[in-house]
Amino acid sequence: MTTKMVRILFPLAALALLVLIPLGQGNYIIYVMTSWLMFSIAAMGLNLTLGYAGQISLAQASFMGIGAYITALLTLAGYHWVVGWVAAMGACFGIGLLLGYPALRVQHHFLAFVTLAFNTLVFLVLRNEEWLTGGNHGLVGMPRPSFFGISTGKNLEFYYFVLILFVISAAVFYWIVNSPWGRAFKALRENPVRAESLGVDTRRITLLAFAIGSAFGGGAGAIMSPLVQFIEPGSFALVHSLKILLMVVVGGAGLFYGPMLGAAVVILLPEFLRFTEGYYLMIYAALVIVLMVYSPTGLIGLGTKLWQQIRPQSEVRKDMSKGAQL
Amino acid sequence: MSDTVLSVRNISKSFGGIHAVNDVSFDVGKGEVLGLIGPNGSGKSTLFNCVLGQLPADAGEVQIHGQRVGQMRASRLNKLGVGRTFQQLSVFPQMSVLDNIILAGQEHHGSMASRLFGPSDAGLTAEADRMIQFFKLEHLRDEMAGSLSYGQQKLVDAAMAFMAGPSLVLLDEPAGGVNLTMLANLKDRLETYNREHGTTFVVIEHNMEFVMTLCTRIIVLAEGAIIAEGTPDEIRSNQQVIDAYLGG
Ligand SMILES: Nc1ncnc2c1ncn2[C@@H]1O[C@H](COP(=O)(O)OP(=O)(O)O)[C@@H](O)[C@H]1O
Ligand SMILES: [Mg+2]
Repeated sequence: MTTKMVRILFPLAALALLVLIPLGQGNYIIYVMTSWLMFSIAAMGLNLTLGYAGQISLAQASFMGIGAYITALLTLAGYHWVVGWVAAMGACFGIGLLLGYPALRVQHHFLAFVTLAFNTLVFLVLRNEEWLTGGNHGLVGMPRPSFFGISTGKNLEFYYFVLILFVISAAVFYWIVNSPWGRAFKALRENPVRAESLGVDTRRITLLAFAIGSAFGGGAGAIMSPLVQFIEPGSFALVHSLKILLMVVVGGAGLFYGPMLGAAVVILLPEFLRFTEGYYLMIYAALVIVLMVYSPTGLIGLGTKLWQQIRPQSEVRKDMSKGAQL
Repeated sequence: MSDTVLSVRNISKSFGGIHAVNDVSFDVGKGEVLGLIGPNGSGKSTLFNCVLGQLPADAGEVQIHGQRVGQMRASRLNKLGVGRTFQQLSVFPQMSVLDNIILAGQEHHGSMASRLFGPSDAGLTAEADRMIQFFKLEHLRDEMAGSLSYGQQKLVDAAMAFMAGPSLVLLDEPAGGVNLTMLANLKDRLETYNREHGTTFVVIEHNMEFVMTLCTRIIVLAEGAIIAEGTPDEIRSNQQVIDAYLGG
């Protein structure tokens, strides 16, 4: 099989599995899988900002929050979910653009602090502006949407609805990172000064990296409202931004499938480790540290490393045959 | 001179107490290959960075094709037809050689929108392949730039400076750390490009053999100021230069 065939067949096979697996499963498993798809979309966005464009952000959960509250308020006011979805992504695009401005002046851990402060700010607004957000009590009873008479009310129906949104998001994401914009994002990550000297408007590209990544966060939030049907500020606190960051880093930042795998691990591993009771967080943290030390490119990087050790070695040293030219 | 491509007037730049560049002026005409030499720390790279808007100059003025470039951003300058390399090797290590070269041209094609909705190579694969061929990098086309040898990366770095079809190219020590075979290749490529496209070059280089055979005119800097200017032959026999630099 050529690489090209794998590139086409793998997502198709994965999609077939995602369609088949939930059939006949109980509500809990379906809920966990829906939640995984939703977090994958949020992590995809952060992967664009952080993994591809190299701009650290600790605010992705706040964009989920903004998206979730906008969708909740609009659907509770009687608008269709699609209106909420578009408004959530649009608002997060705009706010993400604004959050990008500090990134033009500060980098790395300073930028981490700026985005961390932003996440806290959003949390406080959601908690304190009770007239709009319901404060600590949050918002309840958001309806699940219908499309042309087809309801998404039951859990399995809603799962397929989110699967469609996930596929759309992944396709858009794939398109962006493989476009010339994607190349400019990577250039920004690897050497901003060189990129600028080659005509890349690094300011604009930095802002776009934040705006697009945040819009994905808003899109994920728009799913959360009808999924959980109850939202409160605590669901979008800093710790959840760290969780999304972990998804990106554990799976493999800057790799297309990285955050999807990372989201699965971050959501499922605690379930598997539940038998260890109180120790699970410690075991979990230790596993993450070991992974980061051994493979900074996450699980996908680790897999690639292992594969290169066991695959046939004939192709590896191209320079042996071309030695004369090198 | 009506065909002046680059005009530098009274540029000065200090870092704290160090006068890195001190009141430097020169012109470069169309198709000229100007060499900029001088001992380490004489201000050559700083001068480049001031000319190219990477560093703000304390005083002076730079014109490119008669247009004042002042505090213009590097990306704008690039769009005006200025290509450059940095003294520090600067390719994009985790992108393929082909992607490095395409990136160097893509911002000159189409609009922001067409670069999102149009083809993923911005329609530049054929042109990038020609550039790759020109610099004899075909066998490395799909390798990650970071996995190449230092000399090969220097060639990719140089190739990127040409991808946008510049009228003026500034190269900061293009031959530094490059082995002899590759050096001959690089010099041959630069000469050919200059002959075929009439591109103007300004080249900082320590390798005297390289500078003396490539350049049509040479400026010698010492402690931030120009101490001599002339053809390679004149520079070679200039006593002041021999004392300050060549003999040293
Ligand atoms: N960013 C900087 N900050 C402080 N001093 C600098 C900086 N860049 C260069 N210098 C100083 O300016 C002088 C000229 O440096 P440079 O332009 O790199 O010289 P060259 O390229 O001729 O070797 C040196 O004394 C160097 O230490
Ligand atoms: Mg220098």
